[in-house]
This record gives sequence, structure tokens and C-alpha cells, in this order.
Amino acid sequence: MSDEQQKKKFFYLNRKAPYGTIYALESLEVVLIGAAFEQDVSLAFVDDGVFQLMDNQDAAGTGMKGFSKIYRALGDYEVRKLYVEKESLETRGLSVEDLMPITYEDEDEDYAEKPSIILVDKSELAKIIADQDVVMSF
Amino acid sequence: MFEFGSPREGLVHSTSEVALRFSIQINEGPYTHQASDTAYQFTKAALEKGHEIFRVFFYHDGVNNGTRYTVPPQDDRNLQKLWTELAEKHKLDLVVCIAAAQRRGILDANEAKRQGKDGDNIAPGFRISGLGQLIEAGIQADRLIVFGD
Amino acid sequence: MSTLHTVNKSAYERNALKSCLDHALPGDAILLIEDGVYAARKGGSIAPALTAAKGNFKIYALGPDLAARGVVAGQVLEGIETVDYAGFVGLAADATRVCAWL
Repeated sequence: MSDEQQKKKFFYLNRKAPYGTIYALESLEVVLIGAAFEQDVSLAFVDDGVFQLMDNQDAAGTGMKGFSKIYRALGDYEVRKLYVEKESLETRGLSVEDLMPITYEDEDEDYAEKPSIILVDKSELAKIIADQDVVMSF
Repeated sequence: MFEFGSPREGLVHSTSEVALRFSIQINEGPYTHQASDTAYQFTKAALEKGHEIFRVFFYHDGVNNGTRYTVPPQDDRNLQKLWTELAEKHKLDLVVCIAAAQRRGILDANEAKRQGKDGDNIAPGFRISGLGQLIEAGIQADRLIVFGD
Repeated sequence: MSTLHTVNKSAYERNALKSCLDHALPGDAILLIEDGVYAARKGGSIAPALTAAKGNFKIYALGPDLAARGVVAGQVLEGIETVDYAGFVGLAADATRVCAWL
């Protein structure tokens, strides 16, 4: 599987808000398992998917399992490309400051902390999609 | 003109099509959503055209396609049976995600025993396995097609 | 090197089709399936957007889903091609990847 020839570009398209439905959580479970396969992984947060990355999430009062912390740990799983669409944020009155800080440690630069969130606009994201091998939609 | 994956042996009726290997992901259970119906029709059509189905992976509520305890009215289609029969005919690999299945009460005999439950409900032709099977399905197939809500 | 986008939601209830149109590149194919096919019917408020998009993308609708929903041949927007499940498979084969806008 780790054979370079077998390496594919995996793209997780997240368009749904967390908690109201299970898609966000179970999508994250696929990402975590998928990390072990050493593919070229990126995640996109589009439309209501941007709500998944909101800071200050606390699900305790709902009785549901909170899982927002998992996004912050993605860097430890070598998942470092989280594309967030600008237009989707703007439509919802959000800016990147409203999102959790998500970082990874760059081993090539003395483990400097770098942001995993990459802001892109619609046309940039369209080109990113066109560069993928496998698109997983949740 | 178009780029195809590596060609494989198989009978393809369309002149423009090379036999490909497809993987199918189904995110919804039967009846509430059309996802499983559409996926079934797609899979059947792909097989009829000579393509290969590497795996059908059932995720989220899609795991509910894999219980043999569904008893729809006589005049309705029985999606579980349709999948089971298609799997028998074409030796399909129907995989139900274990994590999603455990949340929703889909068990095979081994899992039932391990979890101390008094029975299993997995349908013939389906097997329960991990999420790695979905990733592998994406890696091994020329195309992954997702059906959901 | 193109993408087949599938849209299975009614454009009158959710933004899946709009989002798809925003992220498709010229030369891509868009296939309306399930409730997505209602967008292919003439006279609706989404029709002008689809008609405008026809210049950039090839747009298809799944025939069995149109028929199930009572959208008959003459009511489908000009330039939208109807395909059956075998045609769906063909579109997926002709594309490099398939992107579902769920």
C-alpha cells in the first residue's frame, strides 16, 4: 500500500454541519483510519461543512459525543491540508478567526508549528477537486 | 480522448468504454433514501457492461442494507435480497463497516458472540469489516462512486 | 481529465446543485439523479441557471428518475441529455473521477 505508485490523492468533501447528523463524525473516522494507508490526503470544508471547524464547540449539554478536538489532532496523523472555502465562511458570517486553530509540526523545519487550514475561494477549490483521484463525499 | 484506468478483460458494449474497476460507497439505509436503489441499479448496469465491481462498502446508515430481518411488503422490492442475489451471481464483495454497524445493531455471528448478544442479523453475501476496506476500495478501484443523502 | 459530478438533491430545497455548478470546471459532466432531476424541468426558477451552465458543462438527467417523478420528455430543458443507468456508468467511465454533491 505504501508503494509510491499506489499513492493516490484522497479528497474528503465535507458539506454538512456537525451534530445534527452523524456525517461529520463518521467522515472523520474514515480520515483517521485512512491516514494509516499513507495516501495523499486533503479535506475540504464547504457550505455547512465549515461549521465543523467552529471554535468553542461544547456538546456536553446535548448528551452527544463531542468530537471537535479530533480536528486539532489531525496533524499528528499527517493530515495537513484542510481547505476551507472563503465564500462558505462569508455566507455564514464567519471568518477564519471563528475557527479552531489547527496546526501540524513540520519535521523539515525543526518541527515548527504550521497552520493546517488553507483558505481557498471557489475557483481555487474547483481546481483542487480536478486534481484528485478519489473523492469521498459525506 | 479520455483517460481510462488500466484496461481489464471484460465484455464492454459501448465502443468508448474500456472495462474498469469500480468501487461503490453507500451512505444510506434502504427505503428512507433512494441511495441504495440507485447504487444497486448502477452496480447492475456496470456489471452488465462488463465492468468489475471491486467492492460495495456500506457506511453510515447504509449498514442497514445488510440485515436479513427486513420484511418489506410483498409488492415492494427487497433491497437486501437484491444485493444478496447480485452478490451471489457476480461474487460481489459487500462490506458493512464494523464501527457504523455496531452503532446501529448490525452483527454477524462472531460479533454477536464477542458482544454477548443473543443473535446476529447479517444477511447472506454481506460481511462485516473495518473502514480500511473503504480506503482500500478507493485505492484499488479506477473509480469510487458515492451514493448517499 | 474531467470530473463527473452527481447531484441528487432538489435544487428547490438544498444548495447541492448550486454548489456543484460553483465547483465544476469547463468540460466536466453533471448528472442529475434522484430528486436532483427536478431541476431539469422547464419553467422552474433554477432553469435559467442550468441553461446558462450548458455552455460550460455537459448536463445529463437520469431517465428512470425523471419518469418516476412524472417529468416527461417534452418538459426537460433543451440541451439536457437523458441517460439510463448504463449511460450513468458510461459517464463515470469517461470521467477521471466522480464527485457526489450529497
